[in-house]
This record gives sequence, C-alpha cells and structure tokens, in this order.
Amino acid sequence: MSRRRSATLAVGCVLAGVIVAVAVVSLFWTPFAPDDTSGGRLAPPGPPHLLGTDKLGRDLLTQLMIGARVALTAGLGSVALGGVIGVAAGLLAGFAVRWLDDTVSALLDILIAFPTLLLAMLVVAAREASLGSAILAIGLAMSSIVARLTRVLVKRVLAQDYITASRTSGTSWPRVVAEHVLPNIWPTLLVNLALQLGLAVLAEASLSYLGLGTPPPNASWGRMLQEAQATVLTAPAGAIAPGVLLVVLVVGVNLIADGLRDVADPTRRARGSRPAPNAESSARDAENSAADPGRVP
Amino acid sequence: MSLLEVSALTVKAPDGRALLSEVSFEVEPGARLGLIGESGSGKSLTALAIMGLLPAGMTASGSIVLDAPGLPRTQVVGAPERTLNGLRGRAATVVFQEPLTALDPLAKVGRQLAEPLRRTRGLRGSALRAAVLAALAEVRLPERVAGAYPHEISGGQRQRAAIAMALACEPALLIADEPTTALDVTVQAEVLALMDGLVSARGMALLFISHDLAVVARVTDRVVVLKEGLAVESGNLLDIVAEPRHPYTRDLVSSARRLDSALDLGAR
Repeated sequence: MSRRRSATLAVGCVLAGVIVAVAVVSLFWTPFAPDDTSGGRLAPPGPPHLLGTDKLGRDLLTQLMIGARVALTAGLGSVALGGVIGVAAGLLAGFAVRWLDDTVSALLDILIAFPTLLLAMLVVAAREASLGSAILAIGLAMSSIVARLTRVLVKRVLAQDYITASRTSGTSWPRVVAEHVLPNIWPTLLVNLALQLGLAVLAEASLSYLGLGTPPPNASWGRMLQEAQATVLTAPAGAIAPGVLLVVLVVGVNLIADGLRDVADPTRRARGSRPAPNAESSARDAENSAADPGRVP
Repeated sequence: MSLLEVSALTVKAPDGRALLSEVSFEVEPGARLGLIGESGSGKSLTALAIMGLLPAGMTASGSIVLDAPGLPRTQVVGAPERTLNGLRGRAATVVFQEPLTALDPLAKVGRQLAEPLRRTRGLRGSALRAAVLAALAEVRLPERVAGAYPHEISGGQRQRAAIAMALACEPALLIADEPTTALDVTVQAEVLALMDGLVSARGMALLFISHDLAVVARVTDRVVVLKEGLAVESGNLLDIVAEPRHPYTRDLVSSARRLDSALDLGAR
C-alpha cells in the first residue's frame, strides 16, 4: 500500500517536473520569439518549427513553453493567494467565538455560491485581462473553499480528546494550538492545497479560453486551445499539444497530492507491524473526501 | 482541610437540563474516592467540571474548591482561564478512558511526554530526554516507545503512556476517568495495579471514576454512586455492598454478585 503511494508521488513528481523544467527553460531560451510570425501560417510540424506554427504563423513549441510558465505561475499564484486568505479566514472562524464564526461562515457561504466566472469577469472589468487578474479571481474563489475546510478541520480537532487531555495537564492555550491543533490540520490542508493547484491550472486555462486571462504575446494553453479550435481539422497539433500538456500537469499535481497524504500523515504510513485501526483510517478518508476538491471554478 | 471539596455542584446543558444536580463530595490529600455510575450519569462531566473544562455551552454552579499544597486555594466555578490553567496539571490532572483518542495521533509519544516534564521540572535537552525515558521506565514501557506514534503501540502501552504523562505533571490529585475500560481484561489488571502502586508511592490523592463496582473495589474503599446526575449514595464501599439503600446501588451490587457466583459455578 505504502509502496504504491510512494510510486504515485514519484510519477506525479516526474509529470509535473517535466512541465516545471519546460517553464524554467522558457525563461532563458525559446526556439523563436513569441511574436515571431516569420514561419508562415499553419506550417506543418518539421524543422525549423518542430510542432509547426499556428494560424498567425507563431511557433507552436515556443507558445507551449511560455504557456507552461503561465500555467504554473497562475496555479502557484492562486494557491498562494487563496491559501493565505483561506487559511487565515478559516483559522479565524474556527477559533472564534460563536457570533464571529457565524458571520465569517455566512460570508463564506455567499462567496462559495458566487459563480467563479462572474467573479473573474468582475475582476477583469475592474482591472484588465491579465495573468494577475486571473490569479486574483481564482485565488479569491479558492480562498472560500480553503477557508471552509480549514474551519471544519479546526472545529474537528478542537473537539478531540487529546486537546482536552493536553489542557487538563495545564498546557497553555497558545501552546495547545501550536503543538496539537495546527500540526493536526496541516496534512489535510496540504493535500487539499495541492489538489487546488491542479484545479487552479484548469481554471486559468478556462479563463484564457474565454479571453479573460493572459493577453498576447504571452501564450496561455487555454487561449491556444481557443485559437486552434477553428483549424482543428486541418492542423490538429495546435489543439492537441496544449491539451496534452494541460493533462500532464494536472494529473501530475493530483498524483503528488495523493502521495503527499501518506508523507504528511504518520498514521497512514505502514511503518513497522501495526497498521492504523480501521475506524481511524476510514474517518480520515471521510475527512479527505469532505475536503471538497471536486469544485472546478 | 480537603484537597478537593465539591459541594452542591450542578451542571446544566445549554438547553437548561440539569446533567448534574447538587453533587457533593470531598477528597483529602492522599486519599482515594471512587465515583460509580452508568454511562450518562455525569461521572466524566464531574471530572471536566473539576478541571474547569466543561464543553462549550454547559454551565456549572455550586462550589468546587481545590486546595493543593503550594498553590492558592481556588474556587474553580467561575474562575478565569488564567487561574485555572495555573492549577491544571499541578493541582489535578486526568487520565482518560480511551488512550487512542487522548494522545495526539501525529506526535511521537516521547514528545508528548516531554511537554509536561519540561513545564513542571523546567528540563531541557539531554536532561529532558533522560527524564522522558525514566518516566517511561516507571510505567514499564521500553525506550523505543518514545520514538513511536500512538497508533504504533498497543492499547495497554498507550494507557501506560497516558498515565506517565499525567504523573509527569506531579498533580496532588489524579482523576482517573474509566482508565481501564477500553482495555482487555488481563491488561486492565496490570494497568490498574501499576497506577495503584504509582499513586501510593507518590502520596497522590485519587478520584477513580468507573461504571464497574469490581474495578473500583480494587483501588478504593470510599465511593459515591451517581445516577442520572444525582449522588444517590456515598460512603464506605463495604457498607454499601453489604447494605445498598438505593435501588440502583442494589442493581449494581446484585449484578456483581451474579457474575461472582457464575464464576464460582464455573470454577467448580
């Protein structure tokens, strides 16, 4: 079981690692400039354009490489923004007195019910269509989900016997939080943030597909898909290539999230002879599925 | 002068229902008292009320006075959190029923045991590590337990670790809330004997909470019987067994007798 999990982690790291490597290389070198249209429109794959060109004559490989950088920036940026806001709000609600908890929870419910697409359009209307706007919209939408999860995790841990036990021995409240509450919510939170990273990459692609993301000359996989749509029958590479990379990155990130679950939680590691009792591990599975990773913004 | 003096303690649920009504008892320094009752009778709630750790929404009224040597005499009911936290651990601490949930699943046993040792004795570094191993040896746990997570050791070992953690606080009063109920019968006897010995050796007072008359009889001779939040009977265990006055106590005694006679028949 454990071996299968660590294999999951390894495969995930390889898949995501390929995309990260491509993105890093794109910072220093791309085959052509992103706005170089000298290759002629819809050139077929072959030297000097390894994957051909798009309908404006731009090199497809160059666009893909820059797209990798944009996808990773969007994903990591959104998770950083959504994670910080979400965890902070969740901790606040989780530890707060009743009325403050109720207020924050009501706000979160409203934010969660608010369509992410509408939120993105509002952000773009207020600012401009840019990578920053996309990150802001995705991060805000994500923060409500992360906050709700964090709040539930805090509440659940606070109700545990070991918190009461620690307090009966005179451990001060800040110390209980630092030593027992935070370490116990962290593994689930980490796994959820990793899942959110995959979702954020997809969300950025969707927004760019709709023209609400990164503007030219910087390429985004979502916009490449949209631009290639009209010529998908005559030049399929333009649509297939960004689609494949998107899948590779998201699957890689999700596999990492799955593998992290074991690394972060010692009760799931089969270390030595005694496996975790069933009740405990199934409660944890329930907790992880309650993490609500299925919501695509 | 009593170490713990509970008088007319009433605990109400958020909806106003009385979960404990007018319960009174005393524990002298170094003395032992058994608190017997079925589940839901308010035994554990009594323990939490003494620690000032009632679940949110529950309110206590009446009086709980803790007067441990070296600590100020304190009225627990209505005391501010800061005062209470100064008492917890040193005046009294609790060993809970289910050691699997009473230990942090993500922290190694040694680290959890180090927490009270560091606080009560001000130990650091290698001295702290030595004290952790000594505390484990005292409850007859091998050194390797220090590096194990709670789920990696057996139920009996977990409860020994929990007892070591409670003793590390050096409390004047140890509250044992059904400490052996979650354990196998054979392990139960070992853990009970161990706790009995350690509490005597340190001259600690013991408030022993259980639903099991036979278990209580092994560690204490004075009992309070709780039934639906009321203290229906209290006094010397032998007197109560010989002459139970309340119907519930009679049930307890006769069911214990039935088991005994069944065992006698089986032995024959």
